[in-house]
Amino acid sequence: MLVLVVDTATPAITAALAEVTEEGTRVLAERVTVDGKAHGERLAPQIEAALTEAGVKPRDLAAIVAGTGPGPFTGLRVGLMTAAAMGNALGVPTYGVCSLDGLGAPLSGHALVATDARRKEVYWAVYADGVRVDGPHVDRPAEVSPGAATTAVGQGALVYADVLGLPVPPDEPIYPSAFELARLAAPRILSGEPGERLVPLYLRRPDAVEPGARKHVS
Amino acid sequence: MSSVPLVLGIETSCDETGVGIVRGHTLLGESLASSVDEHARFGGVVPEVASRAHLEAMVPTMQRALDQAGVTLADIDAIAVTAGPGLAGALLVGVAAAKGYALAAEKPIYGVNHLAAHVAVDTLEHGPLPEPAIALLVSGGHSSLLLVEDLARGVQPLGATIDDAAGEAFDKVARLLGLPFPGGPWIDKAAREGDGASITFPRGLTGPRDQAEHRFDFSFSGLKTAVARWVEARERDGERVPVNDVAASFQEAVCDVLTAKAIAACRDRGVDTLVIGGGVAANSRLRVLAEERAAKYGIAVRVPRPKLCTDNGAMVAALGSHLVAAGVAPSRLDLPADSAMPLTSVVA
Ligand SMILES: [Zn+2]
Repeated sequence: MLVLVVDTATPAITAALAEVTEEGTRVLAERVTVDGKAHGERLAPQIEAALTEAGVKPRDLAAIVAGTGPGPFTGLRVGLMTAAAMGNALGVPTYGVCSLDGLGAPLSGHALVATDARRKEVYWAVYADGVRVDGPHVDRPAEVSPGAATTAVGQGALVYADVLGLPVPPDEPIYPSAFELARLAAPRILSGEPGERLVPLYLRRPDAVEPGARKHVS
Repeated sequence: MSSVPLVLGIETSCDETGVGIVRGHTLLGESLASSVDEHARFGGVVPEVASRAHLEAMVPTMQRALDQAGVTLADIDAIAVTAGPGLAGALLVGVAAAKGYALAAEKPIYGVNHLAAHVAVDTLEHGPLPEPAIALLVSGGHSSLLLVEDLARGVQPLGATIDDAAGEAFDKVARLLGLPFPGGPWIDKAAREGDGASITFPRGLTGPRDQAEHRFDFSFSGLKTAVARWVEARERDGERVPVNDVAASFQEAVCDVLTAKAIAACRDRGVDTLVIGGGVAANSRLRVLAEERAAKYGIAVRVPRPKLCTDNGAMVAALGSHLVAAGVAPSRLDLPADSAMPLTSVVA
Protein backbone atom coordinates (compact mmCIF):
# COMPACT_ATOMS: atom_id res chain seq x y z
CA MET A 1 0.00 0.00 0.00
CA LEU A 2 1.26 3.46 -0.89
CA VAL A 3 1.46 5.78 2.08
CA LEU A 4 2.32 9.47 2.31
CA VAL A 5 4.35 10.42 5.38
CA VAL A 6 4.75 13.99 6.66
CA ASP A 7 6.46 15.40 9.71
CA THR A 8 6.86 19.08 10.61
CA ALA A 9 7.48 18.83 14.35
CA THR A 10 11.09 20.01 14.13
CA PRO A 11 13.04 22.38 11.83
CA ALA A 12 13.15 19.42 9.42
CA ILE A 13 10.33 19.55 6.89
CA THR A 14 9.78 15.94 5.85
CA ALA A 15 7.64 14.45 3.09
CA ALA A 16 8.01 10.86 1.95
CA LEU A 17 6.26 8.25 -0.07
CA ALA A 18 6.44 4.81 1.53
CA GLU A 19 5.27 1.37 0.52
CA VAL A 20 3.84 -0.66 3.35
CA THR A 21 3.33 -4.41 2.85
CA GLU A 22 3.19 -7.53 5.04
CA GLU A 23 6.84 -8.03 4.12
CA GLY A 24 7.90 -4.67 5.44
CA THR A 25 8.09 -0.93 4.92
CA ARG A 26 10.29 0.91 2.47
CA VAL A 27 10.61 4.52 1.45
CA LEU A 28 10.25 5.06 -2.32
CA ALA A 29 10.94 8.80 -2.39
CA GLU A 30 11.70 11.39 0.22
CA ARG A 31 12.24 15.13 0.47
CA VAL A 32 13.69 16.70 3.59
CA THR A 33 14.76 20.30 4.08
CA VAL A 34 15.81 21.93 7.32
CA ASP A 35 14.36 25.39 7.78
CA GLY A 36 12.50 26.18 10.98
CA LYS A 37 10.63 29.07 9.36
CA ALA A 38 9.48 27.65 6.02
CA HIS A 39 7.16 24.72 6.79
CA GLY A 40 4.23 26.53 5.20
CA GLU A 41 6.11 27.18 1.95
CA ARG A 42 8.15 24.00 1.61
CA LEU A 43 5.96 21.09 2.66
CA ALA A 44 3.44 21.00 -0.19
CA PRO A 45 6.01 21.25 -3.02
CA GLN A 46 8.05 18.54 -1.28
CA ILE A 47 5.03 16.24 -1.16
CA GLU A 48 4.43 16.88 -4.83
CA ALA A 49 8.10 16.23 -5.64
CA ALA A 50 8.17 12.95 -3.70
CA LEU A 51 5.01 11.73 -5.43
CA THR A 52 6.32 12.75 -8.84
CA GLU A 53 9.68 11.08 -8.29
CA ALA A 54 7.92 7.81 -7.42
CA GLY A 55 5.50 8.20 -10.33
CA VAL A 56 2.55 8.12 -7.97
CA LYS A 57 -0.67 10.13 -8.28
CA PRO A 58 -2.33 11.45 -5.10
CA ARG A 59 -5.34 9.23 -5.81
CA ASP A 60 -3.07 6.16 -5.61
CA LEU A 61 -2.44 6.80 -1.91
CA ALA A 62 -4.02 4.35 0.52
CA ALA A 63 -3.24 6.19 3.75
CA ILE A 64 -1.49 9.21 5.23
CA VAL A 65 0.79 9.13 8.26
CA ALA A 66 1.67 12.34 10.11
CA GLY A 67 4.00 13.10 12.99
CA THR A 68 1.78 14.66 15.66
CA GLY A 69 4.63 16.34 17.53
CA PRO A 70 5.32 17.55 20.07
CA GLY A 71 6.87 20.45 18.23
CA PRO A 72 6.68 24.21 17.82
CA PHE A 73 2.98 24.83 17.14
CA THR A 74 3.04 26.85 13.98
CA GLY A 75 5.16 24.43 11.98
CA LEU A 76 3.52 21.37 13.50
CA ARG A 77 0.07 22.54 12.40
CA VAL A 78 1.24 22.91 8.80
CA GLY A 79 2.00 19.19 8.56
CA LEU A 80 -1.14 18.06 10.36
CA MET A 81 -3.45 20.40 8.42
CA THR A 82 -1.96 19.41 5.08
CA ALA A 83 -2.23 15.71 5.96
CA ALA A 84 -5.79 16.05 7.25
CA ALA A 85 -6.90 17.98 4.15
CA MET A 86 -5.35 15.41 1.83
CA GLY A 87 -6.92 12.55 3.78
CA ASN A 88 -10.29 14.29 3.61
CA ALA A 89 -9.98 15.03 -0.10
CA LEU A 90 -8.86 11.51 -1.01
CA GLY A 91 -11.16 9.71 1.39
CA VAL A 92 -8.25 7.77 2.89
CA PRO A 93 -7.46 7.22 6.57
CA THR A 94 -4.96 9.41 8.42
CA TYR A 95 -2.82 8.01 11.23
CA GLY A 96 -0.86 10.03 13.77
CA VAL A 97 2.45 8.94 15.30
CA CYS A 98 4.29 10.82 18.06
CA SER A 99 7.17 12.53 16.25
CA LEU A 100 9.64 11.66 19.00
CA ASP A 101 8.95 7.98 18.23
CA GLY A 102 10.37 8.69 14.77
CA LEU A 103 13.70 9.13 16.56
CA GLY A 104 13.30 6.70 19.46
CA ALA A 105 11.84 3.63 17.77
CA PRO A 106 15.08 2.31 16.19
CA LEU A 107 17.17 2.75 19.35
CA SER A 108 18.27 -0.24 21.42
CA GLY A 109 18.81 -0.09 25.16
CA HIS A 110 17.65 2.87 27.23
CA ALA A 111 17.74 6.21 25.46
CA LEU A 112 16.50 9.75 25.85
CA VAL A 113 15.06 11.57 22.83
CA ALA A 114 14.99 15.36 22.98
CA THR A 115 14.01 17.94 20.37
CA ASP A 116 14.16 21.72 20.59
CA ALA A 117 11.02 23.26 22.10
CA ARG A 118 12.39 26.84 21.91
CA ARG A 119 12.22 29.12 24.99
CA LYS A 120 15.24 27.17 26.30
CA GLU A 121 13.11 24.03 26.73
CA VAL A 122 13.08 20.58 25.14
CA TYR A 123 10.39 18.12 24.15
CA TRP A 124 11.54 14.77 25.47
CA ALA A 125 10.70 11.11 25.99
CA VAL A 126 12.53 8.04 27.26
CA TYR A 127 12.72 4.78 25.28
CA ALA A 128 13.54 1.19 26.28
CA ASP A 129 14.49 -0.86 23.22
CA GLY A 130 12.53 1.45 20.96
CA VAL A 131 9.40 1.59 23.09
CA ARG A 132 8.43 4.88 24.72
CA VAL A 133 8.32 4.39 28.49
CA ASP A 134 8.09 8.03 29.61
CA GLY A 135 6.83 11.14 27.87
CA PRO A 136 6.35 13.08 25.77
CA HIS A 137 7.02 16.05 28.05
CA VAL A 138 8.22 19.63 27.68
CA ASP A 139 10.72 20.95 30.24
CA ARG A 140 13.89 22.91 30.76
CA PRO A 141 16.86 20.64 30.02
CA ALA A 142 17.90 20.71 33.70
CA GLU A 143 14.47 19.35 34.70
CA VAL A 144 14.52 16.35 32.35
CA SER A 145 14.58 13.00 34.19
CA PRO A 146 16.20 10.57 31.77
CA GLY A 147 15.65 7.53 33.99
CA ALA A 148 17.85 4.63 32.91
CA ALA A 149 18.85 6.30 29.62
CA THR A 150 22.54 5.96 28.81
CA THR A 151 22.47 7.91 25.55
CA ALA A 152 20.54 10.88 24.18
CA VAL A 153 19.33 11.41 20.62
CA GLY A 154 17.79 14.33 18.73
CA GLN A 155 18.59 17.95 18.00
CA GLY A 156 17.61 18.97 21.54
CA ALA A 157 19.97 16.38 22.97
CA LEU A 158 22.74 17.82 20.83
CA VAL A 159 22.08 21.45 21.74
CA TYR A 160 21.74 20.79 25.48
CA ALA A 161 24.30 17.93 25.76
CA ASP A 162 26.12 19.76 28.57
CA VAL A 163 23.05 20.08 30.76
CA LEU A 164 21.61 16.65 29.97
CA GLY A 165 24.97 14.97 30.64
CA LEU A 166 24.35 12.06 28.28
CA PRO A 167 26.52 11.05 25.32
CA VAL A 168 25.00 11.76 21.90
CA PRO A 169 25.94 9.06 19.35
CA PRO A 170 27.32 10.90 16.32
CA ASP A 171 25.75 8.56 13.75
CA GLU A 172 22.10 8.80 14.89
CA PRO A 173 19.70 11.11 13.02
CA ILE A 174 18.71 14.29 14.86
CA TYR A 175 15.25 14.64 13.26
CA PRO A 176 12.33 12.16 13.08
CA SER A 177 12.65 9.57 10.31
CA ALA A 178 9.82 9.17 7.82
CA PHE A 179 10.67 5.49 7.50
CA GLU A 180 10.21 4.93 11.25
CA LEU A 181 6.92 6.86 11.29
CA ALA A 182 5.60 4.72 8.42
CA ARG A 183 6.88 1.51 10.05
CA LEU A 184 5.19 2.39 13.35
CA ALA A 185 1.86 3.01 11.62
CA ALA A 186 2.16 -0.06 9.37
CA PRO A 187 0.23 -2.52 11.57
CA ARG A 188 -2.76 -0.13 11.70
CA ILE A 189 -2.56 0.51 7.95
CA LEU A 190 -2.33 -3.17 7.04
CA SER A 191 -5.15 -4.27 9.32
CA GLY A 192 -7.38 -1.56 7.87
CA GLU A 193 -7.87 0.10 11.23
CA PRO A 194 -10.04 3.21 10.93
CA GLY A 195 -8.07 6.42 10.63
CA GLU A 196 -8.00 9.03 13.34
CA ARG A 197 -8.32 12.77 13.57
CA LEU A 198 -4.79 14.19 13.68
CA VAL A 199 -4.47 15.85 17.07
CA PRO A 200 -1.29 17.82 17.76
CA LEU A 201 0.64 17.06 20.94
CA TYR A 202 0.88 20.67 22.07
CA LEU A 203 1.87 19.93 25.69
CA ARG A 204 1.68 23.67 26.40
CA ARG A 205 -1.37 25.84 26.85
CA PRO A 206 -1.76 28.90 24.61
CA ASP A 207 -0.15 32.06 25.93
CA ALA A 208 -3.08 34.22 26.84
CA VAL A 209 -3.86 36.37 29.79
CA GLU A 210 -7.29 37.47 30.83
CA PRO A 211 -7.43 41.26 31.07
CA GLY A 212 -7.43 42.68 34.58
CA ALA A 213 -9.63 45.48 35.82
CA ARG A 214 -10.25 48.35 33.45
CA LYS A 215 -7.31 50.71 33.16
CA HIS A 216 -8.15 54.31 33.89
CA VAL A 217 -7.05 56.88 31.36
CA SER A 218 -7.14 59.98 33.49
CA MET B 1 -21.64 20.33 -16.56
CA SER B 2 -21.66 24.11 -16.50
CA SER B 3 -18.92 26.00 -18.29
CA VAL B 4 -18.71 28.53 -15.47
CA PRO B 5 -15.96 27.35 -13.08
CA LEU B 6 -16.82 26.10 -9.62
CA VAL B 7 -14.52 27.79 -7.09
CA LEU B 8 -13.98 26.92 -3.45
CA GLY B 9 -12.79 29.51 -0.94
CA ILE B 10 -11.07 29.04 2.43
CA GLU B 11 -10.77 31.81 5.04
CA THR B 12 -8.78 31.66 8.30
CA SER B 13 -7.23 35.11 8.72
CA CYS B 14 -8.71 35.78 12.15
CA ASP B 15 -11.11 33.82 14.35
CA GLU B 16 -13.54 32.49 11.74
CA THR B 17 -12.94 29.25 9.86
CA GLY B 18 -14.89 29.69 6.64
CA VAL B 19 -15.45 27.64 3.50
CA GLY B 20 -17.57 28.85 0.60
CA ILE B 21 -18.40 27.45 -2.82
CA VAL B 22 -19.27 29.78 -5.67
CA ARG B 23 -20.13 29.40 -9.35
CA GLY B 24 -19.89 32.73 -11.17
CA HIS B 25 -21.69 35.15 -8.87
CA THR B 26 -23.83 32.47 -7.25
CA LEU B 27 -23.14 31.22 -3.75
CA LEU B 28 -23.88 27.49 -3.71
CA GLY B 29 -22.75 26.55 -0.23
CA GLU B 30 -20.94 27.94 2.77
CA SER B 31 -20.04 26.97 6.26
CA LEU B 32 -18.51 28.86 9.14
CA ALA B 33 -17.02 27.85 12.48
CA SER B 34 -16.11 30.59 14.92
CA SER B 35 -13.81 30.56 17.92
CA VAL B 36 -15.19 33.91 19.08
CA ASP B 37 -16.55 32.45 22.34
CA GLU B 38 -13.11 31.16 23.27
CA HIS B 39 -11.67 34.67 22.94
CA ALA B 40 -14.47 36.49 24.77
CA ARG B 41 -12.91 36.23 28.25
CA PHE B 42 -9.67 37.69 26.91
CA GLY B 43 -11.47 40.70 25.44
CA GLY B 44 -9.87 40.17 22.04
CA VAL B 45 -8.71 37.47 19.66
CA VAL B 46 -5.84 35.35 21.04
CA PRO B 47 -3.82 34.24 17.99
CA GLU B 48 -2.76 30.82 19.31
CA VAL B 49 -6.32 30.00 20.40
CA ALA B 50 -7.56 30.98 16.93
CA SER B 51 -4.92 28.85 15.18
CA ARG B 52 -5.78 25.78 17.24
CA ALA B 53 -9.46 26.24 16.52
CA HIS B 54 -8.85 26.54 12.76
CA LEU B 55 -7.02 23.21 12.68
CA GLU B 56 -9.86 21.50 14.52
CA ALA B 57 -12.66 23.08 12.52
CA MET B 58 -11.29 22.93 8.98
CA VAL B 59 -12.28 19.44 7.81
CA PRO B 60 -15.81 19.47 9.30
CA THR B 61 -16.39 22.99 7.93
CA MET B 62 -15.22 21.88 4.48
CA GLN B 63 -17.53 18.87 4.59
CA ARG B 64 -20.55 20.96 5.56
CA ALA B 65 -19.93 23.45 2.75
CA LEU B 66 -19.55 20.69 0.15
CA ASP B 67 -22.69 18.94 1.40
CA GLN B 68 -24.66 22.18 1.32
CA ALA B 69 -23.56 22.88 -2.26
CA GLY B 70 -24.23 19.26 -3.21
CA VAL B 71 -20.80 18.87 -4.82
CA THR B 72 -17.61 16.93 -4.15
CA LEU B 73 -14.02 18.15 -4.27
CA ALA B 74 -13.66 16.45 -7.64
CA ASP B 75 -16.23 18.89 -9.06
CA ILE B 76 -14.23 21.95 -7.91
CA ASP B 77 -12.24 23.76 -10.62
CA ALA B 78 -10.04 25.97 -8.40
CA ILE B 79 -9.31 26.55 -4.73
CA ALA B 80 -8.85 30.08 -3.36
CA VAL B 81 -7.50 30.79 0.10
CA THR B 82 -6.79 33.92 2.11
CA ALA B 83 -3.00 34.36 1.99
CA GLY B 84 -3.07 37.64 3.95
CA PRO B 85 -3.30 40.05 5.58
CA GLY B 86 -4.23 38.61 8.97
CA LEU B 87 -2.86 36.67 11.93
CA ALA B 88 0.24 34.81 10.71
CA GLY B 89 -0.40 31.52 12.50
CA ALA B 90 -4.09 31.49 11.61
CA LEU B 91 -3.43 32.23 7.93
CA LEU B 92 -0.90 29.41 7.81
CA VAL B 93 -3.52 26.82 8.80
CA GLY B 94 -5.85 27.88 6.00
CA VAL B 95 -3.06 28.00 3.44
CA ALA B 96 -1.84 24.54 4.51
CA ALA B 97 -5.38 23.19 4.20
CA ALA B 98 -5.83 24.75 0.76
CA LYS B 99 -2.55 23.26 -0.41
CA GLY B 100 -3.54 19.84 0.91
CA TYR B 101 -6.89 19.99 -0.88
CA ALA B 102 -5.35 21.39 -4.07
CA LEU B 103 -2.59 18.77 -4.10
CA ALA B 104 -4.92 15.85 -3.44
CA ALA B 105 -7.59 16.98 -5.89
CA GLU B 106 -4.96 18.19 -8.43
CA LYS B 107 -6.56 21.63 -8.73
CA PRO B 108 -5.02 25.11 -9.13
CA ILE B 109 -4.66 27.21 -5.99
CA TYR B 110 -5.10 30.99 -5.64
CA GLY B 111 -3.64 32.66 -2.54
CA VAL B 112 -5.72 35.83 -2.34
CA ASN B 113 -5.87 39.12 -0.50
CA HIS B 114 -8.41 39.17 2.33
CA LEU B 115 -9.34 42.82 1.83
CA ALA B 116 -9.97 42.36 -1.88
CA ALA B 117 -12.18 39.41 -0.94
CA HIS B 118 -14.24 41.71 1.32
CA VAL B 119 -14.90 43.79 -1.81
CA ALA B 120 -15.55 40.83 -4.10
CA VAL B 121 -18.17 39.27 -1.83
CA ASP B 122 -20.61 42.00 -2.85
CA THR B 123 -20.82 40.42 -6.31
CA LEU B 124 -22.67 37.48 -4.71
CA GLU B 125 -25.37 39.88 -3.59
CA HIS B 126 -25.48 42.56 -6.26
CA GLY B 127 -23.80 41.05 -9.33
CA PRO B 128 -20.73 42.38 -11.16
CA LEU B 129 -19.06 45.32 -9.47
CA PRO B 130 -18.94 48.53 -11.51
CA GLU B 131 -15.33 49.69 -11.78
CA PRO B 132 -13.99 52.02 -10.61
CA ALA B 133 -15.57 51.80 -7.17
CA ILE B 134 -14.62 53.07 -3.75
CA ALA B 135 -14.59 50.45 -0.99
CA LEU B 136 -14.87 51.17 2.71
CA LEU B 137 -13.75 48.13 4.74
CA VAL B 138 -14.32 48.33 8.44
CA SER B 139 -13.97 45.56 10.98
CA GLY B 140 -12.13 44.57 14.15
CA GLY B 141 -9.00 44.11 12.09
CA HIS B 142 -9.20 46.72 9.36
CA SER B 143 -10.37 50.23 8.54
CA SER B 144 -9.46 51.03 4.96
CA LEU B 145 -10.62 53.19 2.14
CA LEU B 146 -9.74 51.73 -1.25
CA LEU B 147 -9.98 52.65 -4.89
CA VAL B 148 -10.98 49.60 -6.92
CA GLU B 149 -10.17 50.12 -10.57
CA ASP B 150 -9.62 46.47 -11.48
CA LEU B 151 -10.33 43.95 -8.75
CA ALA B 152 -8.46 41.20 -10.59
CA ARG B 153 -5.19 43.14 -10.84
CA GLY B 154 -4.86 45.20 -7.70
CA VAL B 155 -6.52 47.65 -5.40
CA GLN B 156 -5.22 51.11 -4.54
CA PRO B 157 -5.26 52.05 -0.85
CA LEU B 158 -6.41 55.63 -0.29
CA GLY B 159 -6.36 55.63 3.47
CA ALA B 160 -6.40 53.46 6.58
CA THR B 161 -6.52 53.74 10.32
CA ILE B 162 -3.41 55.17 11.92
CA ASP B 163 -4.16 53.52 15.28
CA ASP B 164 -7.14 51.34 16.27
CA ALA B 165 -9.41 49.60 13.78
CA ALA B 166 -13.02 50.77 13.89
CA GLY B 167 -14.23 47.41 15.21
CA GLU B 168 -11.58 47.50 17.90
CA ALA B 169 -12.94 50.84 19.10
CA PHE B 170 -16.41 49.27 19.30
CA ASP B 171 -14.99 46.41 21.40
CA LYS B 172 -13.13 48.73 23.76
CA VAL B 173 -16.04 51.11 24.26
CA ALA B 174 -18.39 48.17 24.82
CA ARG B 175 -16.08 46.87 27.52
CA LEU B 176 -16.02 50.32 29.10
CA LEU B 177 -19.81 50.32 29.19
CA GLY B 178 -20.02 46.79 30.59
CA LEU B 179 -21.34 45.35 27.32
CA PRO B 180 -20.22 41.91 26.05
CA PHE B 181 -17.55 41.08 23.42
CA PRO B 182 -17.62 41.47 20.47
CA GLY B 183 -18.90 44.98 21.07
CA GLY B 184 -20.32 45.95 17.67
CA PRO B 185 -23.79 44.40 17.86
CA TRP B 186 -24.23 45.43 21.52
CA ILE B 187 -23.29 49.07 20.91
CA ASP B 188 -25.67 49.08 17.93
CA LYS B 189 -28.46 47.69 20.10
CA ALA B 190 -27.88 50.08 22.99
CA ALA B 191 -27.56 53.02 20.59
CA ARG B 192 -31.06 52.42 19.26
CA GLU B 193 -32.40 53.41 22.71
CA GLY B 194 -30.07 56.40 23.01
CA ASP B 195 -29.56 59.87 21.56
CA GLY B 196 -26.58 60.13 19.24
CA ALA B 197 -26.53 63.90 19.50
CA SER B 198 -26.50 64.00 23.31
CA ILE B 199 -22.70 63.95 23.72
CA THR B 200 -20.27 65.42 21.21
CA PHE B 201 -17.29 63.10 20.94
CA PRO B 202 -14.26 64.01 18.79
CA ARG B 203 -14.10 63.13 15.08
CA GLY B 204 -10.53 61.96 14.49
CA LEU B 205 -8.44 63.35 11.59
CA THR B 206 -11.16 65.68 10.33
CA GLY B 207 -9.51 68.99 11.21
CA PRO B 208 -8.28 71.40 8.52
CA ARG B 209 -4.67 70.36 9.06
CA ASP B 210 -5.53 66.66 8.66
CA GLN B 211 -7.02 67.35 5.24
CA ALA B 212 -3.54 67.66 3.79
CA GLU B 213 -1.82 64.68 5.35
CA HIS B 214 -4.59 62.31 6.45
CA ARG B 215 -7.49 63.16 4.20
CA PHE B 216 -8.63 59.55 3.85
CA ASP B 217 -7.06 58.11 7.00
CA PHE B 218 -8.88 57.26 10.21
CA SER B 219 -8.04 57.50 13.89
CA PHE B 220 -10.24 56.02 16.62
CA SER B 221 -7.84 55.98 19.54
CA GLY B 222 -8.61 59.56 20.63
CA LEU B 223 -12.34 58.88 20.41
CA LYS B 224 -12.00 55.81 22.60
CA THR B 225 -10.03 57.82 25.18
CA ALA B 226 -12.60 60.62 25.09
CA VAL B 227 -15.40 58.16 25.80
CA ALA B 228 -13.40 56.64 28.67
CA ARG B 229 -12.75 60.09 30.18
CA TRP B 230 -16.41 61.04 29.88
CA VAL B 231 -17.58 57.83 31.55
CA GLU B 232 -14.98 58.06 34.31
CA ALA B 233 -15.94 61.64 35.09
CA ARG B 234 -19.56 60.55 35.62
CA GLU B 235 -18.47 57.63 37.78
CA ARG B 236 -16.21 59.88 39.87
CA ASP B 237 -19.12 62.21 40.53
CA GLY B 238 -21.26 59.25 41.53
CA GLU B 239 -23.59 59.82 38.61
CA ARG B 240 -25.31 57.09 36.62
CA VAL B 241 -23.68 56.50 33.21
CA PRO B 242 -26.30 56.84 30.44
CA VAL B 243 -25.09 53.74 28.57
CA ASN B 244 -27.50 54.10 25.66
CA ASP B 245 -26.64 57.75 25.05
CA VAL B 246 -22.90 57.11 25.29
CA ALA B 247 -23.22 54.16 22.88
CA ALA B 248 -25.30 56.22 20.43
CA SER B 249 -22.97 59.24 20.58
CA PHE B 250 -19.86 57.10 20.16
CA GLN B 251 -21.45 55.24 17.23
CA GLU B 252 -22.49 58.53 15.66
CA ALA B 253 -18.92 59.83 15.84
CA VAL B 254 -17.52 56.69 14.18
CA CYS B 255 -20.17 56.53 11.45
CA ASP B 256 -19.94 60.26 10.78
CA VAL B 257 -16.21 60.07 10.06
CA LEU B 258 -16.39 56.83 8.09
CA THR B 259 -19.17 57.96 5.78
CA ALA B 260 -17.89 61.52 5.38
CA LYS B 261 -14.49 60.27 4.24
CA ALA B 262 -15.94 57.55 2.02
CA ILE B 263 -18.22 60.01 0.23
CA ALA B 264 -15.37 62.52 -0.07
CA ALA B 265 -13.24 59.79 -1.70
CA CYS B 266 -16.02 59.02 -4.21
CA ARG B 267 -16.38 62.69 -5.13
CA ASP B 268 -12.63 63.27 -5.26
CA ARG B 269 -12.13 60.37 -7.68
CA GLY B 270 -15.35 60.88 -9.61
CA VAL B 271 -16.63 57.45 -8.59
CA ASP B 272 -20.34 56.72 -8.29
CA THR B 273 -20.25 53.34 -6.51
CA LEU B 274 -19.43 52.84 -2.84
CA VAL B 275 -19.07 49.29 -1.49
CA ILE B 276 -19.02 48.80 2.27
CA GLY B 277 -17.72 45.59 3.84
CA GLY B 278 -16.26 44.14 7.03
CA GLY B 279 -17.99 43.37 10.31
CA VAL B 280 -18.73 47.02 11.11
CA ALA B 281 -20.73 47.23 7.85
CA ALA B 282 -23.40 45.34 9.78
CA ASN B 283 -23.87 48.45 11.93
CA SER B 284 -27.35 49.80 11.27
CA ARG B 285 -26.43 53.47 11.67
CA LEU B 286 -23.49 53.18 9.26
CA ARG B 287 -25.77 51.83 6.53
CA VAL B 288 -28.41 54.53 7.03
CA LEU B 289 -25.94 57.41 7.20
CA ALA B 290 -23.98 56.19 4.16
CA GLU B 291 -27.12 55.93 2.06
CA GLU B 292 -28.41 59.31 3.22
CA ARG B 293 -25.18 61.08 2.32
CA ALA B 294 -24.53 59.16 -0.89
CA ALA B 295 -28.00 59.93 -2.22
CA LYS B 296 -27.17 63.64 -2.25
CA TYR B 297 -24.44 63.06 -4.83
CA GLY B 298 -26.03 60.27 -6.85
CA ILE B 299 -23.66 57.68 -5.44
CA ALA B 300 -24.93 54.09 -5.24
CA VAL B 301 -24.15 52.33 -1.96
CA ARG B 302 -23.70 48.55 -2.04
CA VAL B 303 -23.64 46.72 1.28
CA PRO B 304 -23.90 42.93 1.28
CA ARG B 305 -26.08 41.28 3.92
CA PRO B 306 -24.40 41.21 7.36
CA LYS B 307 -23.51 37.52 7.14
CA LEU B 308 -21.38 38.22 4.06
CA CYS B 309 -19.80 41.35 5.59
CA THR B 310 -18.07 39.52 8.41
CA ASP B 311 -15.19 37.14 7.57
CA ASN B 312 -16.36 34.04 5.71
CA GLY B 313 -15.32 31.56 3.04
CA ALA B 314 -17.80 32.81 0.45
CA MET B 315 -15.90 36.08 0.05
CA VAL B 316 -12.70 34.21 -0.76
CA ALA B 317 -14.54 32.00 -3.24
CA ALA B 318 -16.15 35.11 -4.79
CA LEU B 319 -12.74 36.69 -5.37
CA GLY B 320 -11.35 33.37 -6.64
CA SER B 321 -14.23 33.12 -9.07
CA HIS B 322 -13.56 36.66 -10.28
CA LEU B 323 -9.86 35.88 -10.78
CA VAL B 324 -10.52 32.65 -12.68
CA ALA B 325 -13.00 34.45 -14.92
CA ALA B 326 -10.44 37.22 -15.56
CA GLY B 327 -7.87 34.64 -16.61
CA VAL B 328 -5.43 35.43 -13.80
CA ALA B 329 -2.71 32.78 -13.35
CA PRO B 330 -2.89 30.70 -10.18
CA SER B 331 -0.35 30.85 -7.34
CA ARG B 332 2.49 28.37 -6.92
CA LEU B 333 2.36 25.56 -4.39
CA ASP B 334 5.07 27.29 -2.32
CA LEU B 335 2.93 30.39 -1.82
CA PRO B 336 3.52 31.90 1.62
CA ALA B 337 1.01 33.14 4.13
CA ASP B 338 1.73 36.87 4.37
CA SER B 339 0.36 38.55 7.48
CA ALA B 340 1.12 41.97 5.96
CA MET B 341 0.09 41.21 2.38
CA PRO B 342 -0.15 44.53 0.53
CA LEU B 343 -3.33 45.52 -1.28
CA THR B 344 -1.45 46.01 -4.49
CA SER B 345 -1.27 42.24 -4.81
CA VAL B 346 -4.60 40.48 -5.11
CA VAL B 347 -2.98 37.08 -5.74
CA ALA B 348 0.11 35.79 -3.90
ZN1 LIG C 1 -11.96 40.79 7.41
